Amino acid sequence: MTQAAVSRRLNWRIGTVTGIRAETPSIRTLVLDVPDWPGHLAGQHIDVRLTAPDGYQAQRSYSIGSAWSSPPGTVELTVQRLDDGEVSPYLTDTVEVGDQVELRGPVGGWFVWRETQTPPVLLIGGGSGVVPLMAMIRQRSLAKATQPFRLIYSVRTPEDVCYAQELRDRVRDEAGLDVRFVYTRKAPEGWAEPPKRIDAATLNTYGWPPEFMAETFVCGPTSFVETTADILIALGHDARRIRTERFGGK
Amino acid sequence: MNMLDGNALAGDLDDIFTVDVTTARFVCATCGHSGAMATLRLFGRTPASVARCPSCTEVVLCLVKADGRVFLDTRGIARLELPMSGA
Repeated sequence: MTQAAVSRRLNWRIGTVTGIRAETPSIRTLVLDVPDWPGHLAGQHIDVRLTAPDGYQAQRSYSIGSAWSSPPGTVELTVQRLDDGEVSPYLTDTVEVGDQVELRGPVGGWFVWRETQTPPVLLIGGGSGVVPLMAMIRQRSLAKATQPFRLIYSVRTPEDVCYAQELRDRVRDEAGLDVRFVYTRKAPEGWAEPPKRIDAATLNTYGWPPEFMAETFVCGPTSFVETTADILIALGHDARRIRTERFGGK
Repeated sequence: MNMLDGNALAGDLDDIFTVDVTTARFVCATCGHSGAMATLRLFGRTPASVARCPSCTEVVLCLVKADGRVFLDTRGIARLELPMSGA
């Protein structure tokens, strides 16, 4: 009885870094090999725990960027460096291939997309809030799902776009996937509109009409998420179909 | 102040309840608002976090880890609704 109860608890595991990809100057992806990884749903996250020599521990949640199929048992985390962060600078600047990271998961069943959900999907990401949304785009592809997907991706400058090449390739190759960028500080040469934050016009033009009853996922900093959700509701979208995830910055 | 939301509580609550509680619906003991636990506003982070109602901003739960134990104060939850296993 006691043993059964113990074994159901979520255990901390050790993942080994097997690959590192620089996504932008401040964001990188860690590929982790996690033995006995049970698999995950697109949008789930893991908790990472660092322990200092004196026993002090810091724990943070990071979204999983990769889709999952069995095997291999790898998990990808895409992490943005926060200059005053306790954990992220270690993951973005210090960790090398071969290092081990303590983690637990996958966790979180609310901000997830399953390929069995049939409605069109609207993904709205601010900055590194794109990470769990990318897992959904990758899962759609892996599952050969055909639900129409639209990503509206708000980012400071073209240099800050995460997964830029992969997004271009997927939009070209995968029917039913569109991406619209919103540049908040500097737009690329020849971009039709000046830099701006996401607004009602953006969501009205590039989102799905409310009557499509899309599944909508919004992820980014708190103010971004709240503004976006408010606009969607004002445009007539059903609040019950809008799922949000806020990530901590400063 | 770092502010996240109830999604970030998934690991710590899984550790206590052994099921995913972030998808459960809570009823706020203060204002009667109902929503997924994932939508709670989260202040602070482990080892001490406070989750507040997104509607009235009153405290819904506090989670504190200290000395190898976890303390969960759920005073702001009037009701929690979860699917039964196998349902």
